[in-house]
Amino acid sequence: MRMVMTGNYASAYGAKLARAEVIAAYPITPQTSIVEKLAEFVATGELKAKFVPVESEHSAMAACIAAQTAGARTYTATSSHGLTLMHEVLMWASGARLPIVMTNVSRAMAPPWSVWVDHMDSIAQRDTGWLQFFCQSNQEVLDTTIMAYKVCESAGVMLPAMIIEDAFILSHTSEPVDVPEQQLVDSFLPAYSPDLKIEVGKARGFGSLVKPDQYMEFRYKAMLAMKEAHDRILRVEQEFKHVFGREHGGLLERYRCEDAETVLVTAGSVAATAKDVVDALRANGQRVGLARIRAFRPFPHDEIRSLASKLEGIAVLDRSYTFGAAGAMFTEVKASAYSCQRRPVMKNYIAGLGGRDITPKILERIFEDIQVIAKRGAEDEVEWVDVVGLPRRWH
Amino acid sequence: MGKTTIPEAEFTYPGSTGCPGCGANLVMRYLLKGLGERTIVSIPACCWAVMPGYWPSNCLKIPLLYTAFEATGAAISGLRAALDVKGVNDVTVVGFAGDGGTVDIGLQALSGAAERRTDAIYVMYDNEAYMNTGIQRSGSTPWGAWTTTTPVGGSSHGFKHETKKDIMAIMQAHRIPYAATVSPAFPEDFIKKVEKAKSIKGFRFIHALSPCPPGWRTNPSLSVEIARLAVDTRVFPLYEIEDGKVRITRKAKGLPLVEYLKVQGRFQHLTEPEISEMQKGVDDSWIMLLLKESSGT
Amino acid sequence: MTKSYEEIPLTPVSDTPSTVNITGLWRVMKPVVDKEKCKKCTICWKFCPDVAIKLVEGVPEIDYQYCKGCGICAVECPSKCIVMVKEDEQ
Repeated sequence: MRMVMTGNYASAYGAKLARAEVIAAYPITPQTSIVEKLAEFVATGELKAKFVPVESEHSAMAACIAAQTAGARTYTATSSHGLTLMHEVLMWASGARLPIVMTNVSRAMAPPWSVWVDHMDSIAQRDTGWLQFFCQSNQEVLDTTIMAYKVCESAGVMLPAMIIEDAFILSHTSEPVDVPEQQLVDSFLPAYSPDLKIEVGKARGFGSLVKPDQYMEFRYKAMLAMKEAHDRILRVEQEFKHVFGREHGGLLERYRCEDAETVLVTAGSVAATAKDVVDALRANGQRVGLARIRAFRPFPHDEIRSLASKLEGIAVLDRSYTFGAAGAMFTEVKASAYSCQRRPVMKNYIAGLGGRDITPKILERIFEDIQVIAKRGAEDEVEWVDVVGLPRRWH
Repeated sequence: MGKTTIPEAEFTYPGSTGCPGCGANLVMRYLLKGLGERTIVSIPACCWAVMPGYWPSNCLKIPLLYTAFEATGAAISGLRAALDVKGVNDVTVVGFAGDGGTVDIGLQALSGAAERRTDAIYVMYDNEAYMNTGIQRSGSTPWGAWTTTTPVGGSSHGFKHETKKDIMAIMQAHRIPYAATVSPAFPEDFIKKVEKAKSIKGFRFIHALSPCPPGWRTNPSLSVEIARLAVDTRVFPLYEIEDGKVRITRKAKGLPLVEYLKVQGRFQHLTEPEISEMQKGVDDSWIMLLLKESSGT
Repeated sequence: MTKSYEEIPLTPVSDTPSTVNITGLWRVMKPVVDKEKCKKCTICWKFCPDVAIKLVEGVPEIDYQYCKGCGICAVECPSKCIVMVKEDEQ
């Protein structure tokens, strides 16, 4: 059924269609309408689930972990400070190999206080062992929520996933969304049925103490699972396309990259703007393309490497920054391209922090810049875009 | 003769790696004798997270969920929600945490679980410090006690100068249906209270005194005697709070406090005036408890 | 004995009884029961933190594989028929 809805409602519908059984969540701007909608679904009986109104985000994740270990499919949602508060237990969820699905409405960290879009909260979780999907549209948010359960619950994966939607730009902006029928989703996503779970009468301890001579083996298994997730994401998406008629580009969505000389690599809603800019520049004869990182974890190393080997220049736009280093996406793109025979010139553009608008004009300037330095080589590998006080004009 | 005064079935195996004379071993043993097999327990970081042994050793005969330190209240809420949604009935969900994991870092989650009226029993085994990490003071360490972070000696004459958090009063303020204090020196009373808690729906709280030989600087053979003295000197009265009403379950003799203090190395540094002050504190608390009981609150 | 990554479960799930830990090796002192004096009150069994006392017709049998020698049974026995002796003695 075609509806017009915000990214937050798309998340809520995704969780409802996926038949989440236990939802434990705590409110934080701009995630609130997700849990409000889900509370409504549970209260009216539209969704047969238990809603646990926990007293903090840390408890939200801890409750999901316990419920999932007892065999229930769980869901939660958060943003920014809520996500970072959960950090300890995010690590627990992946170490415990629990396929929890969570929406993170990516929002800037304080201080200064900001409720607007920025990816630092999400990027800061890249070491937690969670799958991370950055969405560019509300449709993708709904679809990826459903797909994530299927990917994560596969026997070879059993890792949690976060679906990342940009604060306000997706969370609070309405777009047309095709909401699939429950029956169709049921045919695609079976009930959650883990091999090992807490069961009355079975004396098992989950999460015990392990000596140094055995700890690494557990982490190794998790690494293999994250590797398996790469192929599983692609396969599940093909299945999804077969059932629902839609796909969203795998781990790295490539737009007009086939004969491109320079490509902008980025993630989130700005990628949608960038596609329009690519079209405009292409009309002017520039051989540019866009590669959207849809899955940041597992990182699409192979896809980036194969793309990079054909390019003159890559501009990586990070909507976050790793202080003391560079943008995280830039660092990983560069690492993937390192083993190419012929490496493109690469530059990192830090833009859009704290909700600063990334306009088509700014993106045009980035494309201009990367094309210039692709010919002459980069002087400055990392450039902060549109900072008041810096000499460069971006508008 | 030969007849036991508590249920015979055991739900713990030998081979737990608790210290010799560990009060917490007794607490778990009596708790499970009262609850039986249809029980699931959630244990955060604490001595009991280590006592079942290294993987794959498990000294419990029931399912056990290990969790992060502060998460017990949240974990039992999650467990109960999953059991409910799956239609699994007639199971007791238990959170079993130390004092630090309850009154300090775990207080928020405990309060949340109680406010949400989570159908579970929360047991705080109270060894009165962060024992698993090496005897550091917690909010439950009594006034006057030595710990590694309230050391004695030097010009400041250390030891803990703050009074013990009254977790039973905190639980009473949450208006839960049942709360009780128990001591491993009185297993019949302990198990009776556990059985009563089991029969009540909603959020139930049990505060169990748990003597700790290394932490309290006591002879391991005296752990039960000390748990008895705590009750009989009125330092740790045995009472219930049912539907908000206090009921003392053992009218303690009121032995002089010094009987309790003198067998514990952690109190050896106290001077006579300090002991008198402590005695006064114990007497005042006892009077308050009697008043609560008689006034029906 | 360590296991290959292929042999372990996804997450450490403990399902082996703790009886693999022979805690009797910790002992310095050990309890010895005078079975003649024993009045079968069962108090020693009741207070053993380690479930290392079994009752055989009301009379305690110390499980020396697990008994840590804490001495609680000796202190709590009302008939004083449990004595703590050095581990190597009889």
